[in-house]
Amino acid sequence: MIARSRLCPLLAASVGALLLSAADAPATAAPHIYTIVIDKLKFGPAPAQLHKGDTILWVNNDLFRHTATAADHSFDVDLMPGKAGKTVLTKSGSIPFFCRYHPNMRGVLQVK
Amino acid sequence: MLFRSAFFAASAIATISTAAIAVDAPTDPQIAHIAYTADSLDIAAGKQALSKSHNKAVRAFAEEMVRDHTTVNDKALALVKELKVTPQDNPTSEGLTKAADAERAKLAKMSGAAFDREYVNNEVAYHKTVNGALEKVLIPSSKNAKLKSLLETGLTLFREHQAHAEQIAKDLK
Ligand SMILES: [Cu+2]
Repeated sequence: MIARSRLCPLLAASVGALLLSAADAPATAAPHIYTIVIDKLKFGPAPAQLHKGDTILWVNNDLFRHTATAADHSFDVDLMPGKAGKTVLTKSGSIPFFCRYHPNMRGVLQVK
Repeated sequence: MLFRSAFFAASAIATISTAAIAVDAPTDPQIAHIAYTADSLDIAAGKQALSKSHNKAVRAFAEEMVRDHTTVNDKALALVKELKVTPQDNPTSEGLTKAADAERAKLAKMSGAAFDREYVNNEVAYHKTVNGALEKVLIPSSKNAKLKSLLETGLTLFREHQAHAEQIAKDLK
């Protein structure tokens, strides 16, 4: 979470500057880091309002090793117990994901 | 399927005991022994597969079995120590061990795709059996809340293993 506090003010400032210089441009949110926690062999809820450029921080709080793997193979993050990993969302659309080890662990990212 | 009949016997006992006498339901020390035995046998099966199989998906699955079941067993050992419980051998543990020994001997004579299919099909059957026992006998019979909770985690995990084994079995056909 250090990354977030350092990143966001910077990005917010630059977006603010952009909005000032182009008042007519649609307001777009600054890229954010969203956390999805894994525990008890389940992915926590996927954040709503994801946008291209946002980052998912996968936090494995479980006893077991997991992966966060996109069905379209656009990402595949190995997650040892107690560790975290990141995915930067580079495309919009609906991206189903699962754990390669535990097939019933799944979710969907809706990226705008 | 020796171990299957052992579990059916155990579940029949539990059915009777819930109706009338609680005396025949497995005790916590017996349940701990059964859970630890079931985990250890699957670790042994996984190690055998790692020493014999060349199939990438099968090897990844076997590594997962060794890893996940070792994690559960470490938790189980820590818990019995904390609770000062001595796991107690019992007919269900013996039945499981006998059946797994027979399966290991059978697999030892096999190789290649035939080995992979036999190992994975047996993993499906084994997890199904253990999950049935956890659900119907071991979890309902366990008295200690921490033991019950560990068994519930085990059941969630082993259902995932069963699903994963079923997936691989389908791909191997
Ligand atoms: Cu997983």
